[in-house]
Parts: sequence; structure tokens; C-alpha cells
Amino acid sequence: MSTPFYVAPEQQMKDRADFARKGIARGRSVVVLHYADGILFVAENRSQALHKVSEIYDRIGFAAVGRYNEFENLRTAGIRYADLRGYSYDRTDVTGRGLANAYAQLLGTIFSSGGEKPYEVEIIVAELGPTDSQDQIYRLTYDGSVGDENGFAVMGGQADVITEVVRRGFRPDFGLAEAARLAVDALASDGGPTAPRREIGVEALEVAILDRARALPRKFRRLRAERLTELLSSGTEPVDEGHEAVPALPPQSVPETTLPTASGPAGSGAADASAPPAS
Amino acid sequence: MSRPSAAGLPEEYLRIGTSSFSDFAAQVAPNVLPGARHVSAGVADLAPHGTTIVAATFPGGVVVAGDRRATMGNMIAQRDIEKVFPADEFSVVGIAGAAGIAVEMVGLFQVELEHYEKIEGAPLSLVGKANRLATMIRGNLGLALQGLVVVPLFAGWDVATEEGRIFSYDATGGRYEEHAFFAVGSGSVFARGSLKKLYRPDLDAASVTMALLQALYDAADDDSATGGPDLARRIFPVVLVATADGVQRVTDSQIADMVDVMVAGRRQRPDGPAAPLT
Repeated sequence: MSTPFYVAPEQQMKDRADFARKGIARGRSVVVLHYADGILFVAENRSQALHKVSEIYDRIGFAAVGRYNEFENLRTAGIRYADLRGYSYDRTDVTGRGLANAYAQLLGTIFSSGGEKPYEVEIIVAELGPTDSQDQIYRLTYDGSVGDENGFAVMGGQADVITEVVRRGFRPDFGLAEAARLAVDALASDGGPTAPRREIGVEALEVAILDRARALPRKFRRLRAERLTELLSSGTEPVDEGHEAVPALPPQSVPETTLPTASGPAGSGAADASAPPAS
Repeated sequence: MSRPSAAGLPEEYLRIGTSSFSDFAAQVAPNVLPGARHVSAGVADLAPHGTTIVAATFPGGVVVAGDRRATMGNMIAQRDIEKVFPADEFSVVGIAGAAGIAVEMVGLFQVELEHYEKIEGAPLSLVGKANRLATMIRGNLGLALQGLVVVPLFAGWDVATEEGRIFSYDATGGRYEEHAFFAVGSGSVFARGSLKKLYRPDLDAASVTMALLQALYDAADDDSATGGPDLARRIFPVVLVATADGVQRVTDSQIADMVDVMVAGRRQRPDGPAAPLT
């Protein structure tokens, strides 16, 4: 009589973990870094269309490494979770902690269920707090464990080497330019302390920030190549070009404007509409 | 093997397919959507109604203005209601009809546009947004037949064609593109008549705004459900302008100044500015 294949649970979990870790280590890295006015996401990503970093909600950002189809699925689920919650309750009731918990449940269940292969992903959920000290960076691994990271988190590729570089250089009161330089420097030093630094052009970087200084409720914005070059070289912080209106019922904070008038005080030209147009 | 149900994110959340928030919500939580409930006839009398919204284009964009009154039968339910909202970065939605349903619908529409933008990584086109709103009104047809009609007016800056555009709707979800100017709500007949005489396509943003304020005044003049400018409480119409710079709200102080100019003119000629005969 042949013995059925018996695999000890410890061995089974270890095999699954090794499988997931290998998948994650194959890709390029992502660095998420707290800075004085927000949270910075820097990913090495040559594609302009397939994002590793994304907006989930007003104050919540998402970064991922690993298999694209799996983390894209998680990203969509997160946006659905946040939008449904914000719509049913209120926008302020959507929290990073709630989202991190939901992700943890999902990843944990998939990892320990015998049938499916584990997700080969690692994700970061970062939430901008009202003040500097209340920013949260949650890091979730393939098995559903959650870590509340202090200041910065690195995942994917040669994460250990990059983490070491960030740890040495990191200061919580960094401005955006300093933080961005540190993150890019760390990504470039993934060959180890002895290997020469790689050159990473801005076109191979995907950079986004959760900007506490932004007046609008949606704090997430991407920094495109030309602004990034400016930021890295001269340290000039990019001005917020975003002007999307606030999707909110009153009380709302729509940007205000005073219309230019062709002649004299507001509207006096049109008060007598029978007069020919001033313009 | 099917995915085990996870406590945090049920299977529906991970299903590939729709980028639409309302389609998704209809699957997992239909109770949160407007239109999912059943009401009996006569409930319309219980709901406040919003009244007149006007919009007009100018060479650099489009202006939308709404009066501030909500009525319930012969009573004034609210004198400072806001009925014109930014729908997203480049578009504006104004609502007339059953106020409760309308505000809910605008809230859903805003989430719908933001949701699509986040999932797809790019916003919908202006016509796409207008069609999306039509679908939502169609979903409200059951309530409309019970008297809870919602008639929005949608306008925005079309990034692709670089012009301001206006869309109107009927209760069955029909969508129609309007040119130059349009008005919806109980006072719309009078507002449209007024705009016919005042509007010219070469007006700038401030002059178009003045024409819209005049139209709202004319609507309030003849329609009891439309509120005129409340000079004692300083409650004036809400005016949003959509241009290439996005949606902005014209400051209350500028509107107040324009209303003062307009009212001063009406003291001389109560029917407002006269258009030339030929």
C-alpha cells in the first residue's frame, strides 16, 4: 500500500512562503517615505501606464510589488471598499487602518487556504494624518501579516540592501526634495555597499505624494518626469498644478474666483445689456 | 476551487469587470443606492422641491447658476439651499426637482466619476459623464412616476474639444445637448425667455454671469417657487464657472456686487434691461 503524500503543515507553509517571496524578489523595489509635509512614494517602474503606486482615497495611497494582475486586483478592491464606505457613511470614515485590516484578512485567508496559490505581492497602505506625527505606513506581506512601519518602508527586489541605505540617511523632518533624493539614491544602490551605484533616469521612476499642504481633500498627486527632474536637481518643490473641484456636497470648498471684467466694476458692462459688448 | 470568503473583502470586490461605482454598489449593497426603494403615490408632497437652474456658454467655458429656494407645496422649505455642485474637476451639475433624491443622486454621481478616474487612471470624457448621469436618471424613473422627478442640468469644460458644453435631461433619462444657454426647473420658462433676449455668444464670463442673474431674477418675478436675491439676508445665487482651469465658484462678494448693480437697474426699469426691437 502506497503512503499518501504527507506534507507536514510547517513544511507546507514554508513552501508557500518561499514561493511567494521568490516572486516578490524578482521585481523592482518601491520605497515609501515619510517627509515633513506628507508621504512620498518612489517606485522603479519603466511603464508610464501600468502603475505600482495609486490613489485609494482622499488621504490614502497604495503601493505594491510582485505580480501585476494580483496587486491590480487588490488595488481595485481597495478603491471599491473605500468608495463604498465613504458613500454609505462619510468621507472622514474611510481609514487606512480599516483598509489594511481588510487586505490582511484577504491575504491571510488566501495564504492559508490549501487550494489556491498564495498571492506573490507585498503592499503598502499609507495614510496621511492630520498632523505630521499621525501619518501611518502599513506594510502587508503575502501571508496577511501587517506591520506598522515607522517613517519608511521598502519592499520588493533587494529590499534589505535598500532598507539599510534608507535607514542610514532617513530623518523625519526631511523636506520633499531631500526625501526624494534619498529614495532615488537608495533604489540606485541595490547592488550592495560595494557595488557601484546604478543610474536611474526620471523616466524609469514612478513618483507620487500624499501632500498635506494641498488645499483640496484629495491629497494624492503624481509628480511627472519634468517636475521630478526639477525637484531632484534644484530642490525646488513643484507647485500644485492640480485644480480638481471638490466632489462634496455642501459645505464644500470649491476654489473661488473673481471673474475678469472688461470695463470697470464687476458686471457693470452687462447691466445694460442693450449696450454693445465691451469685448 | 472557489475563493474562500474573506472577512474584509468579499469575493465581489475582487471580481474583474466594472469600473462603475453604482454597478458595483448594486451588486454588494443595493440599499445604499437611490432608486432602490419603493414609495407610494403622494409621497411627493412630503419632499421639498428645488427650482430654477440656468446655464450659458461663453468663448472660454460655461457658467451655471442656481437660485437658493426649496419649496414644499406652498411653503418655502429652505431659503439658502445650494443646488449647483461641481461634479468633478471640469464639470458642474445643477439639480431641479425632488431635493432629497437629487442631492443623493449628485453625491452618487460625484463618487461615480471619481471612482472611474481612480480605477482607470484617467477621467471619463465629458460626453461619457453626461451619459453616465442619464443612466442614473433612468434608474430613477420609478420614483419619477410617483412624483419624485429629478431634472438635472449638466455642463462642463470639454478638455478634448476645448469648449464649454451643456446637457439637459428628461425624467426618462433622455439626454440632449443644448447650445448657447439652457434652464431647468419651475422657473425655467421665464428664465429661458429672458436669456433669449440677453444672451449673445460673444459675451465674456462676467457678462454671461450677469445675464444669468437677470434670468434668475425674471424667473423669480413670475414663478413663486423660484427665489429672487434675498437683499435683507444677503443670500444670492450660487454661480460656478467651468473653464480650462477647472471648476471654480464665483466669490459671494462679486455676486453681491453684481446683484446690487442689477437691482439698482431694476429700480429704474423693473422688467430689466430692454433688448433692441430690431
